[in-house]
Amino acid sequence: MQSEIAKNEKLLMDSVQTGAMIQSMVDSIKQQHSNPEKFAIIGIQQKGVLVAEAIKTRLKSHWPSVEVASGVLDIGMYRDDLSANPAPTLQPTFIPEHLEELEVVLVDDVLQSGRTIRAALDALRDFGRPSRIQLAVLFDRGQRKLPIQPDYAGKKVDLRDDQFIVVKSLEEAGELEVYLTLK
Amino acid sequence: MTWKRKHLLDIHSLSKEEILAVLDTAKGFKQVGRRSIKKVPALRGKTVVNLFVEPSTRTRVSFELAAQRLAADIVNFTAEASSFKKGETLKDTAKILEALSADIIILRHSSAGAAHFLSRVVDSSLINAGDGAHAHPTQALLDLFTMREKVGDISGKKVTILGDILFSRVARSNIWGLLKLGAEVTLCGPPTLVPKSLESMGCRVTYDLKAAISDADFINLLRIQHERQRHSMFPSLGEYSKLFGLNKERLAWTKPEAVIMHPGPVNRGVEIDSDIADSDRSVILDQVTNGLAVRMSVLFLVAGGTPGNHSEVKSST
Repeated sequence: MQSEIAKNEKLLMDSVQTGAMIQSMVDSIKQQHSNPEKFAIIGIQQKGVLVAEAIKTRLKSHWPSVEVASGVLDIGMYRDDLSANPAPTLQPTFIPEHLEELEVVLVDDVLQSGRTIRAALDALRDFGRPSRIQLAVLFDRGQRKLPIQPDYAGKKVDLRDDQFIVVKSLEEAGELEVYLTLK
Repeated sequence: MTWKRKHLLDIHSLSKEEILAVLDTAKGFKQVGRRSIKKVPALRGKTVVNLFVEPSTRTRVSFELAAQRLAADIVNFTAEASSFKKGETLKDTAKILEALSADIIILRHSSAGAAHFLSRVVDSSLINAGDGAHAHPTQALLDLFTMREKVGDISGKKVTILGDILFSRVARSNIWGLLKLGAEVTLCGPPTLVPKSLESMGCRVTYDLKAAISDADFINLLRIQHERQRHSMFPSLGEYSKLFGLNKERLAWTKPEAVIMHPGPVNRGVEIDSDIADSDRSVILDQVTNGLAVRMSVLFLVAGGTPGNHSEVKSST
């Protein structure tokens, strides 16, 4: 089943391919995190939240007896380009309690300049001091402007400047598809 | 919706979508107020000036705290302590503030239209914090925010504004905002302070208190601005209280879920009895908390840049 396709959009990875990619990220996360009680996953608004949900759904089957701590983070108030761009629409933020004791995996859909992650790290700091923060992204499209690298990346892609990756969720929880769109 | 305005001058010129953008953005800022670190770096490096030519404490403090929580630098200019006393004009003062690189000027002035005027002569963003009897947009926005927090969508809800409507910028801004969001507005109070002509704005005017409050979902009590009533619009505060003050007996006329609001400062025993003001029917303190979130939202939105693309509407009420 595919979601609605807009003009200029082409399917990059179907839900099976995306699922396999997320599963391999989950396998790497499991290797580095043995204690689910000390683990938290936080998705960056808005598309990072979808990816975080997909990872969490798969982690559940690995850690069936534990409710994995999770949250969502909006970075609208932490951007550094307010003077140049219109104020962003703010989305909800929810951060799990006792952050100090947790190893956080921050999740976004696409990593490019690294500025979103910079803002997310600043935002997270205002809620507490996690014992560790890692970064998971579905796609790493290079072109970094800051010294920020992912700990888990689904796939490295080389795209033109006018090409954008759009992650969409299917009706089934944790099922995603990926499209390529032109600006 | 992308916010494109450089100024916030009144409610009348905002679209419904723009009003909702302010209120939705304020939700995020209300969350910030519940954290242990109540500050975000959104306006870091911006300079905000509170230019209060007419005295005000609570609005000024609310804006001041809002700017600080957004990490802006803020300075206060008040009429008592500034060069207005030495004869400097409002325009000159604003030009001086602009020369000191004020990004946002928050203006409170006793003359209607003062904020519109300044917005045309300086490059800074202007936020109207109350101009004469014309407009007090952030008060209306915080009232709308408080109502939506209680019931969600306020379209079709009945809102009664009681008291001094004629002299009230709070009433005027509230009426515009409520009508734009689809609420039904009733005005009530002494005929001298609630002229029938206000019906032309699209609301109901009645002098029968019972009819005004018995079916209301929200009752917004306005302060009797006795300092403004130079021509004695009614005999005494005592008589006002006797005819229109909200007391226990009259509260029984209202629906049990009707919410009591007041923009403050409250004249206890005049518009409202003390025990009602302090009861769980009243949201007076929520209004104060929400005011901070709404003002953070407004500062955040007008600080957003869209180079050469500001669509300013110059119209006024």
